[in-house]
Amino acid sequence: MRNPQGTRFERESFTGSDKKSRPKRADMGYIMGRLWGYLGRHRLLITLAVIFVVAGNLLQLLGPSLSGKAIDAIGNTPGGVDFNTMFYYAALMIVFYIISGVMAFLLQYAVQRITRSMSKSMRQDVFERLTTLPVSFFDSHQTGDIISVISYDIDTVNASFSADMIQIARSVITVVGSLIMMLTIEPLLVLVFVVTVPLSVLFSKYISNKVRPLYRKRSASLGQMNGFAEEMIQGQKTTRAYNCQGDMIEKFDRYNENAVIAYKKAEHSGTLMGPSVNFINNISLALVSVFGALLYMAGGIGLGDISSFVLYSRKFSGPINEVANIFGELQSAFAAAERVFRLIDELPEKADDEAAEVLRDVYGDVLIKNVDFGYEENKPIITDLCLSAKRGSLIAIVGPTGAGKTTIINLLMRFYDADSGEIKIDGKSIYGLTRESLRLAYTMVLQDTWLFSGTIFENIAYAKENATMEEVVAAAKAAKIHSYITRLPDGYNTYLSDNGSNISKGQKQLLTIARAMLHDSKMLILDEATSNVDTQTERQIQSAMRELMRDRTCFVIAHRLSTIQHADLILVLKDGNVVEQGTHDTLIALGGVYSELYRSQFE
Amino acid sequence: MKRVFEYIRPYRWAMILGLALKFIAAMFNLIIPSLLEKIIDEVAPKNSPGEVFMWGGIMALCAVSDAVINITANRMATTNTSKVTLNIRHDLFAKIEGLSSAQTDKFTIPSLISRLTTDTYHVNDMLVRTQRLGVRAPVLLLGGIIIALTMDAVLTLVLIGMLPVIAIVVYIVTKKGIPLYVKCQKILDRLVLIVQENAVGVRVIKALSKTKHEQKRFLDVNENLAGTEFKASLIMGVTNPAATIVLNIGLTLVIVVGAFRINSALTEPGVIIAFLSYFTIILNAMLGITRIFVVISRGMASADRIAKVLDAPNEEIALLAEKETEAGDENYHIEMEDVSFSYNGIENNIEHVSFKLKKGQTLGIIGATGSGKSTIINLLMRFYVQDSGVIRINGKDTRTMEPNEVRKRFGVAFQNDFLMADTIRENVDFGRNLDDDAIKSAIVHAQGESILLEKEDGIEHRLTLRGANISGGQKQRLIIARALAANPEILVLDDSSSALDYRTDAKLRQELKKHYSDVTSVVIAQRASSIMGADLILMLDDGRVIGSGTHERLYVTCPEYRDICDTQMGGVANA
Repeated sequence: MRNPQGTRFERESFTGSDKKSRPKRADMGYIMGRLWGYLGRHRLLITLAVIFVVAGNLLQLLGPSLSGKAIDAIGNTPGGVDFNTMFYYAALMIVFYIISGVMAFLLQYAVQRITRSMSKSMRQDVFERLTTLPVSFFDSHQTGDIISVISYDIDTVNASFSADMIQIARSVITVVGSLIMMLTIEPLLVLVFVVTVPLSVLFSKYISNKVRPLYRKRSASLGQMNGFAEEMIQGQKTTRAYNCQGDMIEKFDRYNENAVIAYKKAEHSGTLMGPSVNFINNISLALVSVFGALLYMAGGIGLGDISSFVLYSRKFSGPINEVANIFGELQSAFAAAERVFRLIDELPEKADDEAAEVLRDVYGDVLIKNVDFGYEENKPIITDLCLSAKRGSLIAIVGPTGAGKTTIINLLMRFYDADSGEIKIDGKSIYGLTRESLRLAYTMVLQDTWLFSGTIFENIAYAKENATMEEVVAAAKAAKIHSYITRLPDGYNTYLSDNGSNISKGQKQLLTIARAMLHDSKMLILDEATSNVDTQTERQIQSAMRELMRDRTCFVIAHRLSTIQHADLILVLKDGNVVEQGTHDTLIALGGVYSELYRSQFE
Repeated sequence: MKRVFEYIRPYRWAMILGLALKFIAAMFNLIIPSLLEKIIDEVAPKNSPGEVFMWGGIMALCAVSDAVINITANRMATTNTSKVTLNIRHDLFAKIEGLSSAQTDKFTIPSLISRLTTDTYHVNDMLVRTQRLGVRAPVLLLGGIIIALTMDAVLTLVLIGMLPVIAIVVYIVTKKGIPLYVKCQKILDRLVLIVQENAVGVRVIKALSKTKHEQKRFLDVNENLAGTEFKASLIMGVTNPAATIVLNIGLTLVIVVGAFRINSALTEPGVIIAFLSYFTIILNAMLGITRIFVVISRGMASADRIAKVLDAPNEEIALLAEKETEAGDENYHIEMEDVSFSYNGIENNIEHVSFKLKKGQTLGIIGATGSGKSTIINLLMRFYVQDSGVIRINGKDTRTMEPNEVRKRFGVAFQNDFLMADTIRENVDFGRNLDDDAIKSAIVHAQGESILLEKEDGIEHRLTLRGANISGGQKQRLIIARALAANPEILVLDDSSSALDYRTDAKLRQELKKHYSDVTSVVIAQRASSIMGADLILMLDDGRVIGSGTHERLYVTCPEYRDICDTQMGGVANA
């Protein structure tokens, strides 16, 4: 189905936060709360994870103190080694390290369990919400944007969430633990970090603030270059036809240069981080050794103590810098989470009325009375539409592109609701019926064929629960596609990939017609249903189409006026209004828009 | 990979300088722990604070040098690589633009796109990382080992003994993990496909109330994905704990062995302390090297894919000398004589097609999908060269002309033609530097005046990707305007009318007759009404011409043509 001329919403991405109707989502606390909704389901695993983090890291922290004790036991003089004590501590070290390694692995296990299950639930929630969203949502959002929420954003949330949370927990424990250990060894030496820690925190913060917009720009300009390249390569034939390769290469070069410059800028700043962190660590080391040596001279500290202190100080300064980095990453995780929740919070199709009736035993009378509708406010597409279709009648809708033909279908099937007026089936207002029963009362064949990745059998059988092979074959025969299918090596089990890109447009349309043949209903909608079928085939399936249309109330949109000449009622739409209605003969006699349209075929 | 080295060559000295700087920086970094050892073992016992400060100062100096040189070298690496990437991308894009249609078919369009985008990025990444880490990690590893050896050879052997264990762990984990990640990627592709299908097919799914079914379909894939991701990350998650355990066992062994050696006066405590620092450096370097291996292997694969395109032979079609060809009648603008062609060399896509067209005449081509209509255009414009037969323009065999000399005579609107995310002007102008008036009048003639009136900024209006912000009919009009804008000698409209309704189509034909009467036109159509007025109509079936002539003649002589007219126009067209 073509896009309606206007859409109820401007095309928007999920990042904007300017929707009036919704509370502000950028609120960090709110997002944390929502995330806890997913996390909270795994309380046991979380508790275990916390235990593993704390225990594992505490054991790791004891390592340097044990090794310090072991070195102290070795002492400074040949022959003076206290082997018993040394072995005792060495054995303890190995036991502790192995236990802490096992803990680290168990932690991985718990965290991966949590993350994978979280992303699975989030993906399922997003998808299930998608399936309940009104058609207007898909008319106003790009598929690529939706997909990037489901794949990229959810991944970002969970990847950085799990990794960062562990990292933060671990860092906090390491920092606090090593600080305590260092304090127990020699409080005076800790003073070194009063200088280096704030220094590195400030520096990391400065760098990440500076780098973040640069990285954003880097991805954006790379995205633009990729977009341009994609366009150009797809339109290669045209470029060649007009021999403007040179011009296009020049344009590409501009995108290319932009991307490279943005990359260079971001990297120039980004590359400061690693060496600088390393630098601050080295400086701490230098300070520790100088002051350590001085203290040793003053007799306040043993050599083993200096050794442990050095090891602790390495542990200590690492995480501080990392945490600064992580906060930057968490920012992007929050931004991603915001997009995910924004999609989950999209308003679904309004629920059916509680009193909504299930449409049963349809007879097939359709009545449209005084219907007004516009996709955007104050931009009416249809005004005061009236129409009565008796069971089994054929209603044709014609008019130039953009006149609102497809809109009528949208209203009949409640893909959109009319702004005012009444639509009735067998005398019952469609707004008092369940959407499901209303929609199932129609069979629909659209111009844009829709096939999913699956076998030909599955694609035809889609219209009917538990359809048998016999039924599917019968439908395919009626749609004149059976013999083509049987000639395929895999017959009905042929796998269609990528919206059936491995078969021709015409054959795709025949498959959707076969699908429609399987669906038993009293009303039929054909929106340019045979536009992709060549005329010979169209003639061949004419009898099948007649069979499809028999005893059903049919709404037909067509460019080829020949197909609708015998319609019971022809509606001529122009700029959203029915400007003429009647049979072919009366409209030709009228000599208005229809007769002009009709004549233009032969000009 | 060889091809990429050609791009690196101009920058090789700059890169070597950068690597040398990295080497120096790594050296400074290596010295630091040995200075620590010196302070503790030699200086501290001397009880001379002045000397402590001096050595401390030297340590700080080393740290500063390491940082400054490192940053400089990293920046040089980025700058040099940027230049290399810029050149690779430029050449690759230019090469792709110059590929022949047959070559494009062979590479396939999506693959060309990913080579230009993802693969060049991977190569860039590989170059930067190898320059940054490629020297540092091995230098740290080797240097660390050498210094350690000079300090205490026996303790070093303990340490070296640990490296293979870690290497084996990393090897096993990657070997098992990477295929799982590949599998994840494939499942994710399926997941994305389902979302795509649901977004596109929302009306059909809702009409058939298949929502529950789709949710179940998604759940199956979703569960599969979550399970595989879990397995993959769990296996990868073994690396760190395992490496840490091995590392720390080594550390303990160093202490134990060190104890014996100190006891026998073979070494000193300060050595052991410094040793522990080197130990960390060496093992981190080891892990760094394994990371580089992953980057390099990915980058090499990408470099190969890029080289395949760059090395594709140039579209070298030997032009025929004019005297080798038979000149045709110069009175005919376009002539096809007994032309046959096959895309795959197995089955002919068109067979024995012949026609002659005078200047200003119109050729209409009609026939079922796949009957060879677009193939005729592809051959006329020399996107492909016919297997047999002759195509002439103004009596001259087109095989004697450069492809561009042939193409510049044409203005063409292809089936499924494309619009760029750029202004309307750029889309119509298409790099030909036409003036505004030519562009505007072409749009008006193509029945697109309403677009200009509707948009406040007129021809400066920016279209979004694939022209998504205008309707299908409007897109088609702009594409036709592009074909008309440069007043071509020959106009080709391939199924351009199917997106237009009958009235617009009819008006377009009138305009063309009025303003472009001396333009020779080739019109492909599904609708008989679009080509009824042509001077010559070819009815194609399965690559062969089964009827040719004017509408009146064909209607009588060609039953298939009469069929089409009758079904499409309800039998009134024979009037």
